[in-house]
Amino acid sequence: MTAARSLFSTVRGAPGATLAAFLILALFLYAFLVPLFTADPFRLAGMSIMDSFTPPAWMEGGNAAFPLGADDQGRNIITAMAYGLRTSIIVGVSAVLIGLVLGGALGLLAGFVGGRTDAVIMRIADVQLAYPALLLAMVIDGIATAVVGRERSATLAIAIVIFAIGIAFWVQFARTIRSSVLVERDQDYVAAAQITGRSKLAIVLRHILPNVMAPVLVIATINLGIAIITEATLSFLGIGIPLTHPSLGALIRNGNAFLQSGEWWISTWPCLLLATLVIGVNVLGDHLRDHFNPKLRGRS
Amino acid sequence: MILHFVERVLQTIVVLLVISFVAFMLISTLGDPLGVLLPPDATIAERNALIARLHLDQPLLQRFWSFISGILQGDFGLSYRTQQDVGAMIAERLPATVELALVSLLFTIILAIPAGILCGVKPKALVSRAIMLVSIAGITLPNFVIGILLIAVFSVHLGWFPSFGRGGTVDLGGWTTGLLTVSGWQAVILPALTLASFQMTFVIRMLRTQLMEVGHSEHIRFARARGLSETRVWFVYAIRNALLPTVTMLGLQLGNIIAFSVVTESVFAWPGLGSLFLQSVQAADIPVIAIYLIFVGAVYMLINLAVELSYPLIDPRLKRRSA
Repeated sequence: MTAARSLFSTVRGAPGATLAAFLILALFLYAFLVPLFTADPFRLAGMSIMDSFTPPAWMEGGNAAFPLGADDQGRNIITAMAYGLRTSIIVGVSAVLIGLVLGGALGLLAGFVGGRTDAVIMRIADVQLAYPALLLAMVIDGIATAVVGRERSATLAIAIVIFAIGIAFWVQFARTIRSSVLVERDQDYVAAAQITGRSKLAIVLRHILPNVMAPVLVIATINLGIAIITEATLSFLGIGIPLTHPSLGALIRNGNAFLQSGEWWISTWPCLLLATLVIGVNVLGDHLRDHFNPKLRGRS
Repeated sequence: MILHFVERVLQTIVVLLVISFVAFMLISTLGDPLGVLLPPDATIAERNALIARLHLDQPLLQRFWSFISGILQGDFGLSYRTQQDVGAMIAERLPATVELALVSLLFTIILAIPAGILCGVKPKALVSRAIMLVSIAGITLPNFVIGILLIAVFSVHLGWFPSFGRGGTVDLGGWTTGLLTVSGWQAVILPALTLASFQMTFVIRMLRTQLMEVGHSEHIRFARARGLSETRVWFVYAIRNALLPTVTMLGLQLGNIIAFSVVTESVFAWPGLGSLFLQSVQAADIPVIAIYLIFVGAVYMLINLAVELSYPLIDPRLKRRSA
């Protein structure tokens, strides 16, 4: 609860960030509440061919039951998008968590142990930096396909995407945590803990880790935006999540096929929703970065 | 200075060897090359010929050596998907991607650099604010969304440009170009804009920040104190100092630009390296993926090296410090 309260106190007094925080909250509620009260439109029973290609309610031929229209299989777009948004959020948050845990562990190790361990870990990080997250995630997906084959269950496909994006993200976390640990390692409180005979693991986890979390929180927020975009791009390219458990990217891919014939609403709404989510996350991330940057604090 | 040069070159070679080894391990551990590449009615002789061609009869380290020397001699191995030579597949696709990248660079130079200068020199003007607002879209909107929106407006709604393909191409002896026909130019505009959207936003924002910082620096204040005209201060003293770091940073973003070319080529069905890579990922065509990995790594490392080694040439202060 304190985490939520401190987040609230950081956005207070910044109208843009407050708005972004409320926007994200609203999107989370939409994504996680709508599926509780509606039938899954991506099961066979959820489709109704009779309603396919219904335009948005205010257009000619529209139907008030489908405020934003219906897609090629007669799914209500406003419901389908909630399911898509839910998948996007789950994948994005899980991928960032994997990157955080992996990068955090390696960063703590490199910073606290130092020496050859540090050199090896940071050289691997340097090599990986040559590859942007999106490209790396594609390669990992290709390797996963070579191992398990293209025909795979939706759950496995989602797991592979989360894993691929998470692996692509560890470097930034590791670098940040390592440099903070290098500063904290020589502080008096660490020496005090060593004198009292605490184990190295306890010193790292109980004393150093809490003190290096602030910049990590900022990177996690900024990376959440990138993770959501990366997942949407993978799914749009057809190498991410299948349409049986759609994410926003898969919905856009599906709608893109009908853009040429004039059914713009099938892909445009998920595009707008994706943009809104990413803008919200980015505004919040920028604000957190400025808030935790002592150079800028008090200026804005 | 020379010692530093040699050290950096050696470092780059070591990193490239590491990347090549990872790529080589992917090829040698994943998939069954004989099962995929041989026709069902292959004879023992054909089988042995393929084993010798792929060096499968050698121990691991020797195979890695054959792999590296093969790449240096232009032998990139065989694709599992098309059974073709990977080098030939890349050579066939390369012109489309290079031309797309060049045209998008052209857009960046003629649109983004003037816009960035304007935003930096006059940050409070209405036009500058409008440009900055639009550039937020360039940062937040995923590349493929920009492509879709451009198609929706300019090819479906207005019908000005085609939404896929390269248009008419001319074969210049091994290099097919689309830049000599009208339909080729029409076809390249939308994909080049989509690919350029990232670089353009990046250049505009970097130039603006740099110019605003340079504008407060001592040599600019001194130039003003000497009574030089505003135009001369900006164009002779400020912009040159702001342009260099911007170009450097853009060079380091090359990896991202290559990644976005995969997306752009997919949206516009552009027959380049990016769509080759995407098809290879979908078909788990490990040899092509591995070569692409080495290619991207090599391009990134070489640009990085070139940028770092050219710093002393660009900024004379660095040369004095290291001497």
